[in-house]
Amino acid sequence: MMDFLRRIFFVDILKGLALTFRYTYRKVYTEQYPLEKPKLAGRYRGAPRLNNDPVTGETLCIACDLCAEICPEDLIVVGSQRDPESRKKVLTHYTFDTSRCLFCGLCQEVCPTNAIELTQDFELAAYDRRSMVWDRKQLEKGWDRIHFGKDYHK
Amino acid sequence: MKTTVEESTVLDAKVLELNMGPQHPSTHGVLRVKLKLDGERVLDAECIIGYLHRGVEKISENRSYIKCVPYYDRTDYIAAVSNVYGYLLGVEAMMQIEVPKRAQYIRIMMTEFSRISSHLLWLATHAIDIGAMTVFLYCFREREEILKLFEALFGARLTTHAFRVGGLWKDLPAGFEEAARKFIDEFPERVDEYEQLLTKNRIWMARTQGIGVISGKEAIEWGLTGPVLRGSGMKHDVRKDRPYGGYEEFDFDVPVGENGDTYDRYLVRLEEMHQSRRIIQQVLDRLPDGPVRGKAPKIVKPPVGEYYSGIDGPRGELGYYIVSDGSAQPFRVRIRPPTFISLQVLRRLVRGHLMADVIAIIGTLDIVLGEVDR
Repeated sequence: MMDFLRRIFFVDILKGLALTFRYTYRKVYTEQYPLEKPKLAGRYRGAPRLNNDPVTGETLCIACDLCAEICPEDLIVVGSQRDPESRKKVLTHYTFDTSRCLFCGLCQEVCPTNAIELTQDFELAAYDRRSMVWDRKQLEKGWDRIHFGKDYHK
Repeated sequence: MKTTVEESTVLDAKVLELNMGPQHPSTHGVLRVKLKLDGERVLDAECIIGYLHRGVEKISENRSYIKCVPYYDRTDYIAAVSNVYGYLLGVEAMMQIEVPKRAQYIRIMMTEFSRISSHLLWLATHAIDIGAMTVFLYCFREREEILKLFEALFGARLTTHAFRVGGLWKDLPAGFEEAARKFIDEFPERVDEYEQLLTKNRIWMARTQGIGVISGKEAIEWGLTGPVLRGSGMKHDVRKDRPYGGYEEFDFDVPVGENGDTYDRYLVRLEEMHQSRRIIQQVLDRLPDGPVRGKAPKIVKPPVGEYYSGIDGPRGELGYYIVSDGSAQPFRVRIRPPTFISLQVLRRLVRGHLMADVIAIIGTLDIVLGEVDR
């Protein structure tokens, strides 16, 4: 009998509607993404960066080639030259193909000097494929993305 | 959708051949189902797969054991943590690497989080397929919280590259345990909300009860595992039958259904989320201190041999069969994807049902095409 009355008065559906109605007065969970930037965790693996020594301004990379060895997609190319006086390897060029990157973080994990690092920048869209292959200059500068924001919509 | 009229039947109706997919939103990716319809009734169905084939198994043969790992994130991208876990358990067993206790516990916790997030995504998409939009939005809210935890610990949300040979990349970040505790404290309340919207809802019951029924015996004959098998009343769970990675230390139940229909599989998955929550609670209470990465050699070279490691993923038994020839690259890695096997039963389940039920049945099998096609 109770079951019959429940069916007639749509109790099951009304219960659901009561729940959704309660949500009308709750705080909105949605983030307005392009206007509101998400706060990413410190470990987030995004755009790569080649770090310089903050004091001297020289590159931290010692051209040991470990990142190029470990990369599953073989997308890192490290060029080096031996300095004739100090017999040390000197970095000449460094390219990183972001279009093929898996963002697995193995390169920053093996780097002995923390030179290559995946940063919190994540908007890596570019207008053509060629500009997705980053050279040393761009890696040291970091990614200058197309800035979205309030001005973008005007 | 291309349609062709084939032949006349007795009642002067035409048998219609209809291609559902590969761009159909309810096929959860790029599955193509060739349906033979008599009016709205399904006479036969044929699955055509391979639209997302990337050759992960072949790629593994050309990479070293460490380099393979990020690719397995991309097979079942919804529960990437479980995939990496299954493979690494195999490699570690072959090389007899001891994983520290703390790393084992964190691995179990994160795998269970990945099970919850996968089931939430399943519930969200299954509900929206059947027409319940609200559940979709609520589930994604909870899933977002889990993905934030993944991001804090692993550094990525979906393709996490979660574990390394011998343990973890880094220990838990500051504030992780509090955030995890906050989530699991609030979670039962959230599941109650989904239940309030669905479990007793007459539309949901009409659309799921008695749809896609498979008996337990038949489910075993088809090789089904995971919630699809447990929904038919068979108590099979790799975590209980062949405990791995420290699961034997935790206390949890294996929920089973009775009728083996879509509704029972829904109830089983909801209960599994509660059980996963119980495991996470126990891990957080008993988390030991210590290192998170064991002594693993820089170059991973397992001895010559073969090894099968099977874990209980969110969709069923997820297996990795690894053949080593003693070099730094696997000779062969064969993945046993649970959904590839549960997809085979689709043809048997949809026969005789209505066209709209095909979508409910594809949803209840919880397929991920990235894993089916690999």
